[in-house]
Amino acid sequence: MTKWKRTLKKNAVPLLFISLSAFAFLYSGASGPVVVSDVVSRFARNAILVLSLIFPVLAGMGLNFGIAIGAMAGQIALFFVMLAGITGTNGLLAAALLCVPLAVVFGWLSSLVLNRTKGQEMITSMLLAFFASGVYQFFFLYLLGGVIPVNNPDFLMGSGIGVRSNLDMTGMQYALDDLLKTDVFTCLLATAAGFGVWLVYQAVKHKKQPLYLALLFALDAALLALGVLGKFGGLWPQYRVMVQIPVATLLVVALVGFVIRYFFSTRMGQRMRAVGNDTTASSAVGIDVNRVRTQAMILSTLVAALGQIVYLQNIGTIAVYSAHENVGMFSAAALLVGGASVSGATVPQALLGTLLFHLLFNILPIAGQKLFGSPEIGEYFRVFIAYGIIAVTLSLYAWKITAKRNATREKKRN
Amino acid sequence: MESEQPRLSLRHISKSYSGNRVLSDVSLDVRAGEIHALLGENGAGKSTLMKILMGMDEIRQSGGFEGEILLDGEPVQIDSPKRAHELGVCMVHQELMLVNGFTVAENIRVGREPVKRIGRGERDAACLPIDFSRLREQAKTALERLHVELDGDMPIAELPVTQMQFVEIAREVDRPGIRLLILDEPTAVLNDEEAECLLDRMARLKQSGLSILFITHRLGEVLRCCDRITVLRDGAVAGRAESGKTSAAAIAEMMIGKRLLAIHTSERISFGEPTEEPVLQLNGFWADLPGERVERLDLEVRRGEILGLGGLSGQGKIGFANGLMGLCPSGGVVILDGRELSLGDAGSVLRAGFGFVSEDRRRVGLLSGSSIEENIAIPAMLNFGRFLRRVGPVQMIDRRAMRANALEFIHALDIRCTGPDQPAGMLSGGNQQKVCVAQALTLRPRILLVSEPTRGIDIGAKHLLLNVLLRLNREQGITIVFTSSELQELRSVCDRIAIISRGRVAGILPPDAPEAEFGLMMSGLDVKRSGV
Repeated sequence: MTKWKRTLKKNAVPLLFISLSAFAFLYSGASGPVVVSDVVSRFARNAILVLSLIFPVLAGMGLNFGIAIGAMAGQIALFFVMLAGITGTNGLLAAALLCVPLAVVFGWLSSLVLNRTKGQEMITSMLLAFFASGVYQFFFLYLLGGVIPVNNPDFLMGSGIGVRSNLDMTGMQYALDDLLKTDVFTCLLATAAGFGVWLVYQAVKHKKQPLYLALLFALDAALLALGVLGKFGGLWPQYRVMVQIPVATLLVVALVGFVIRYFFSTRMGQRMRAVGNDTTASSAVGIDVNRVRTQAMILSTLVAALGQIVYLQNIGTIAVYSAHENVGMFSAAALLVGGASVSGATVPQALLGTLLFHLLFNILPIAGQKLFGSPEIGEYFRVFIAYGIIAVTLSLYAWKITAKRNATREKKRN
Repeated sequence: MESEQPRLSLRHISKSYSGNRVLSDVSLDVRAGEIHALLGENGAGKSTLMKILMGMDEIRQSGGFEGEILLDGEPVQIDSPKRAHELGVCMVHQELMLVNGFTVAENIRVGREPVKRIGRGERDAACLPIDFSRLREQAKTALERLHVELDGDMPIAELPVTQMQFVEIAREVDRPGIRLLILDEPTAVLNDEEAECLLDRMARLKQSGLSILFITHRLGEVLRCCDRITVLRDGAVAGRAESGKTSAAAIAEMMIGKRLLAIHTSERISFGEPTEEPVLQLNGFWADLPGERVERLDLEVRRGEILGLGGLSGQGKIGFANGLMGLCPSGGVVILDGRELSLGDAGSVLRAGFGFVSEDRRRVGLLSGSSIEENIAIPAMLNFGRFLRRVGPVQMIDRRAMRANALEFIHALDIRCTGPDQPAGMLSGGNQQKVCVAQALTLRPRILLVSEPTRGIDIGAKHLLLNVLLRLNREQGITIVFTSSELQELRSVCDRIAIISRGRVAGILPPDAPEAEFGLMMSGLDVKRSGV
């Protein structure tokens, strides 16, 4: 009983948002296939950005609102790749390669500042992103065309100085998404099959609790049944037609997730966790704290840059001066919804958070519109959610910490 | 003088912080396989010496040190904790340096985790995954060496302090090539039984040939387990002894010495006898000030007396005033003149008749950007509505009254300043302290709580402040609770001195009790309560 209670308490935040979105979904009367299809593509394009937040959280630096800087690195890389005329999947690969040195340098520069402002990383990284945005805009608005010659006038504004505010990613849109795309039921079947194989392996090798295993097998069977019914049984035809799964993108997301998990199983990752847990103790045992924090910032910026490239290939146009603006805020909100906190985050939390956040992001405006009868209010709901989530979860976290401290004090006194 | 080569030899170590000499010509030898005790009051220079030995950044940044360190006869340069570890010098810090979210095993090998072997050979790259089963085994071996039985998978935060202590020792002893282990007050947080257990493990380590430098305040432990003893006082070696040939009283006297006392005894004003009647009673008072925890204080303050609170730092004497003023979580029963006080809010405590001079004058005591007169007046203004005048419906600050009050105190306390409008932050430490006292006195308190008023101020100002306290007590009958780390200071002005140890009153002594008695009481040895 207490065990259940504890699990419930631990996952209070995601559960709250799950019930909120269920309620909103029912109330909005939104069409199922439309919502599912939209949420799937939003999840695929945003997940990597959210994953990039994990490093600084575990290094004890809180939410890195500075991933906007990584996003800028991604945009710069994309710009130059487009300028060079490389398109399609090759273009994406080229951009991914080009953004690496940029992101490493940007991450390193950010860490120089953050290592001097220990304890205030969140607000510092946020302001750092605003500052970097200014430098970035100066570069695109004046230096390109003004100082650095750009040979293709299509990219420039009429005056020949400064880059146009919207760039069409012709030939690169969906370059990743379209590599491998299936309908939802095929994807379900494949997942269920893979999951089943893994389950059998687990059952033979580790002999986990039979109840737990049985539950998982039941889940797998249900997935399988859904897939079979949908694909061959002709049920839910609108889902089969409308919901397309960008398998390639999801595989990239999974890859990034696995790399992060692997990283935290290595000695480097363990050091990062040590620093995140206790800076003084870590330095006393000989860990170079600043170096570890620098690594966290560089990795975060790098993953964010890749994430922004994946994001933009789905959007299809680069809003040169604004595409990076809300990246930090929305990603942080998504991570928190998944049940992560300022001091702890896992890959599953990031992924669940991305899913829930974008589900809410999608449904709530519709519900709001229905409730108040005005589309503006619906739009307002989105921003309200993002900021509200951050505020609520941060206060919940602070409240939890105080409660915990009081509890340990009581324990010590007795 | 010894035939064998000493394991560690410190030669003529001197160190100054911006002109202030904290160590002068300290020499010390630790033999192989001995437990060497390093004793001294707070501020005697023990921790500076350890910082030098561990190559802490702080030492280099403040201009290095003079003298020489020899390990097994070879001169060494220790410029970082990492270098110290490489040379086999390891330290268990007083405030435990364990990573809270990690398990026991992870903590023991932190920074030195074994990685999985890939292919043949022993590759040792940081980007390979950690081999947790080997990690567990290594941690187990390290714990076994200490004869400690602990589950390596336990989260460290769930362990009692003793076991955390053992985990930290296991971690340090596990470092390859360890030659010298420094233990900085490892028994400070332990009860007697736990401390006994630790001393037993230390003896075993000693048998395995390890040298241990043991810093402690508990003299009983020293006599029981140490081979030789070095006592520091005011940055110099005050004495050395072999534990078989000395007594606790002799060591206590070495630690405390007889300095300073003479200066103030001549200043002593004849006693206006305090009554026996208690004005303030504490029953089971606790305060959770980090690093200065008050566990349980049962104490009576008599009307008209100056009660001294002494004791070593970290034992809780500072926590009393801070807890009472609600600057940290606190609780228990506090009775002032027969009425129980509600805790937790500085304003209501001030209004009940307390004045408070904080030990942290820069952060708690003063608004350093505001003028002297404002600093003196603000608490009285906020709590008693003084220095305000009513103009129609609004209350305005009465600048004239404020100035008059400030001038009075500037004169009475001899505050050296350019005028009452000078910002308080511009004053010297001693004069800032006087402003704090003036601020407390403006509240017209019945009881004045003064914490460490002479910390960091020069000897002349010290003298003056102590005289001010005496005069307030004798001429105006204000009861004073005077907290200080300097025992001699307490002895020169107080009527009774309560020694706080491990968050409780260890005993109450008259100011003219012998040094050794104070020393023993501060060191946590059980002594019969004498006299008072």
